[in-house]
Amino acid sequence: MEEGKPITKNVDWMVVLIYIACLGIGWVNIYAAVYNPETHSSIFDLSNNAGKQLMWIGTTFILIICILVIDYKFYETFSFIIYAIVIFLLVVVLFAGSNINGSRSWIKFGAISLQPAQFANLAVSLAISKYLSDPAISLSRKLKDYYPILGIIILPSILILLSNETGSMLVFASFAIILYREGMPGFIPAIGIISAALLIISLLYDSWYIAGAIIVIAGIVIWLMPVMTRRRGGLVATILIAFVMISIVFGVDFFMNNVLQKHQRGRIMVLLDPDSDPRGIGWNVIQSKIAIGSGGFTGKGFLQGTQTKFDFVPEQSTDFIFCTVGEEHGFIGTAVVVTLFILLISRLVILAERQRSRFARVYGYCVAGIFFFHFLVNIGMTIGLMPVIGIPLPFFSYGGSSLWSFSVLLFIFLKIDAQRPFTLSRG
Amino acid sequence: MLENRRFVIIGFFTLIGIIYLFRLFYLQVLDESYSIESSSNSIKRVIEVPFRGQIYDRNGKLIVYNTPVYDLLVTPNKVKVDDTLRFCRVLGIERREFDSLVNAASSYSRNKPSLFLRQLSKEDFASIQDIMVDYSGFEFAKSSMRTYKGATLANTLGYVSEISKTQLAKQEEPYYRQSDYIGQTGIEKIYENELRGKRGTKFIMQNVSGVYKGAWKNGELDTMAVAGENLYSGIDIDIQQYADSLMVNKVGSIVAIEPKTGQILSMVSAPTYDPNILATRFFSKNYTALYRNPYKPLFNRPVMASYRPGSTFKLIQALIGLQEGVITPNSGFTHANCPIGCHVHPGTPTVALGVTHSCNPYFYNVFRRIIYNNKISNTFKASAVGLDDWHDKISKFGIGQQLGIDLPSERKGNLPDKKYYDKIYGENRWKFSNIYSLSIGEGEILITPLKMANVAAIIANKGYYYTPHVIHGIGEKKTLKPEFAIRHETGVAAHNFDPVIEGMLGAVEGGTARRSRVEGISIAGKTGTSQNKRGMDHSIFIAFAPVEDPKIAIAVFVENAGSGGQAAAPIANLIIEKYLTRKITNKALEKRMMEADFMKNVILPAPPKPIVKDTTKRRQGIPMVPIEKPMPKVINWLKRF
Ligand SMILES: [Zn+2]
Repeated sequence: MEEGKPITKNVDWMVVLIYIACLGIGWVNIYAAVYNPETHSSIFDLSNNAGKQLMWIGTTFILIICILVIDYKFYETFSFIIYAIVIFLLVVVLFAGSNINGSRSWIKFGAISLQPAQFANLAVSLAISKYLSDPAISLSRKLKDYYPILGIIILPSILILLSNETGSMLVFASFAIILYREGMPGFIPAIGIISAALLIISLLYDSWYIAGAIIVIAGIVIWLMPVMTRRRGGLVATILIAFVMISIVFGVDFFMNNVLQKHQRGRIMVLLDPDSDPRGIGWNVIQSKIAIGSGGFTGKGFLQGTQTKFDFVPEQSTDFIFCTVGEEHGFIGTAVVVTLFILLISRLVILAERQRSRFARVYGYCVAGIFFFHFLVNIGMTIGLMPVIGIPLPFFSYGGSSLWSFSVLLFIFLKIDAQRPFTLSRG
Repeated sequence: MLENRRFVIIGFFTLIGIIYLFRLFYLQVLDESYSIESSSNSIKRVIEVPFRGQIYDRNGKLIVYNTPVYDLLVTPNKVKVDDTLRFCRVLGIERREFDSLVNAASSYSRNKPSLFLRQLSKEDFASIQDIMVDYSGFEFAKSSMRTYKGATLANTLGYVSEISKTQLAKQEEPYYRQSDYIGQTGIEKIYENELRGKRGTKFIMQNVSGVYKGAWKNGELDTMAVAGENLYSGIDIDIQQYADSLMVNKVGSIVAIEPKTGQILSMVSAPTYDPNILATRFFSKNYTALYRNPYKPLFNRPVMASYRPGSTFKLIQALIGLQEGVITPNSGFTHANCPIGCHVHPGTPTVALGVTHSCNPYFYNVFRRIIYNNKISNTFKASAVGLDDWHDKISKFGIGQQLGIDLPSERKGNLPDKKYYDKIYGENRWKFSNIYSLSIGEGEILITPLKMANVAAIIANKGYYYTPHVIHGIGEKKTLKPEFAIRHETGVAAHNFDPVIEGMLGAVEGGTARRSRVEGISIAGKTGTSQNKRGMDHSIFIAFAPVEDPKIAIAVFVENAGSGGQAAAPIANLIIEKYLTRKITNKALEKRMMEADFMKNVILPAPPKPIVKDTTKRRQGIPMVPIEKPMPKVINWLKRF
């Protein structure tokens, strides 16, 4: 950074605008979520979540200024050290953590509690970026180059699992995106997505129907196949793939019915079909769908929501904040939020692609992937397309740890991006 | 090449965005079932709280039940009473009272329902309900209160209270919600899953003013509330209350067991308190008072207090000695060459007489033979092997481990083994001369009253026991938990019990407990005097009766009351007589025991401020907690909607 220039120079204004829009909409909706028509508490009242969130937003701006002031090289140089510190905190939390909401994953500094698991995303992103910044590493040719990455991800995963924060651990799945971008063969994510889809379908429908459908599709594929391909092994390959898929379907069926206990089966099923347990876990999903659905096209109006008041929807201001948006602002509101997110992550990908250093590019993709995964799961669960996994909606959900970690994650990238004109390509 | 993958990635993101937009459009615009006809209608979930299971005693008497109560709520903004006088007449209040009640409610909130009249009985409710439809702004809230039969069994039954935040967070299956009630200790806690029943849920539609507009989705998702299961206990409530009355002004425990089944007949933890005071709105205040009470009424002594068993332990030494063959029924020992002193008593040429006179040197010698009953010449090593051998045999009586009663926080006590003494003295650096006080139940051995009662049951059964349990039947079918149907063997042959029982009979007829014998009932008993660091000895007595066909086995512990014959034996024998014959012949003894005050001997740990100076107050029992009128939490109840 040159002397005398403002620290905001070259920061991507589009991302910042989307960021501020998200914070603003989120804050107003947290207020609506906790608003009690009887008491008319103010949005600035520090005793409710909206007031507290404002405090968190204030501290976040201070953090952002710090990030922008610190030299951009700091993050690359200290990647592994930051990773080590977060791992250390995750270990500390296992032994000395405070128990909040059933998971021992909080560290208390005086009045504020932080969740180190929230910062694991940042640590893993930096560590992976640093590792991949070595141009000799190739994900398309060398299998052994994957091992360090697996190590970087698995170590914090185990620690987070031990502290009972499964949701935070699943976020690591988002690193598949950067691995794909950096050369992982395309068939690996394809297999991943197809197996996940197969798994869900085989839990929901009768195995014989699915097997029939697979055979029909395989038949059509073979029929459409050019004769040359068919002769060169296409026929065998297709039959083989179809056979493996059918085996998976029946394998899942067998596992569910013969290996799992009845109550374990119930827990899995309710993730997929909430109506099967309207009083338990399914209640959240049903109620959340009612709240969003009752919003209609234009919504019921600010503070006019009825479903999201009086604790109808649990975790209203945190994991289910999207319900408030849906009920009070209708399809217009939800469409705006979805669009903002897609714009944000697409913009991040574009920014990542224009980086000259591989470190910066990889890191940019990591950030985009993490935001995408939270968006995918959080909104997906409120509209009944995803299982109920307790992870926040970035910038919207109430909570200091998540707001801080998402903001830090984002602004470190914006800082690196702002320095792009001064960096030299390193391959 | 690889940079082209960005299009795949952005394409994938956009695809998901589009899928979500379609889904949202479907939910919010196309699907009619969510946007109910008028936009002001809302779907409300109504929770039906199930009836908590009741608890019966062995004779079918209800000892824990629910009292239905109704609260009348008022929403000041909506009040519309044309004929106030008639309204007041029906409710049985005066006009002035009516105004002040409405004003009080208004000061809380004009839009929210708040309490108008609380705790209307079922009958009041029935007579008022019909005419209440003429007046708007009033509504009834159904509520129930857990009720216990009197100031008894407090620690055994436990209590229910609003679930705490930590409990809410810790639950494995997401069942409880804020302001739900949950069993906190005792039977209420252990059988929480059986007692609580299943919550029902109804989805209804209503408009802005809360008017019912029908079931949502025709009630497809509704579930009925299922009442909790009733529990059948082996407690005899009459005997329980009689036992309580004998333990007034005493600190200690009584445990009575039916030997043939393991059912608990009575369980006293003294001092006790009225469990009803923890069912009220004043829970936290009353709980704090109990918690701070220096006599620790919340400490469930029968399963949590550990004592040295004293001479009662000689019974087990005799049984092991006989089973091992180191003594015969006709072995005799004298006071010669024994480091433990004794009192003056007739000779002890047999095991039975050794028990009857509770001769210390007798059991010193028995224990010595048990420990050295091996061929190792090194006395240190022989002691180590002998002790572990002894430890295994005593363990079979349930000593030094949890018996597995259906009550929380059962303590193991302490049954020392080789490892234990190795830690104190070092390996091979201790021998019989270091541990001989175990022979008479002193030294490092610790035992709970429950386990001692179980020992009495084992002797009554001549060798076996069923895990003592309070509840023997769950639900309509009165299912017995399988673990309570297992017969545990002690490995001591039935014939070896005969001389010991003979000695116990002698102890009651003419030995250490002779002053409290009961005419016409053959009681086998053994006194014990437990030494302790705090003041006077604890008085212990275990017994069973009738010897020919044992119906009751009992252990009585009275803290700082002197020797076993002074307090514990008379109390135990009074209870036995009452249980077997339902009457008391020695009224003078009964009166003396009821009035005896051993509490004054109890040395309390230096209290923060002087406790009860007025001794008259202490007469009536312990916790001087006012029993205030209970009031359920109406506001919390409303929060469920
Ligand atoms: Zn003697």
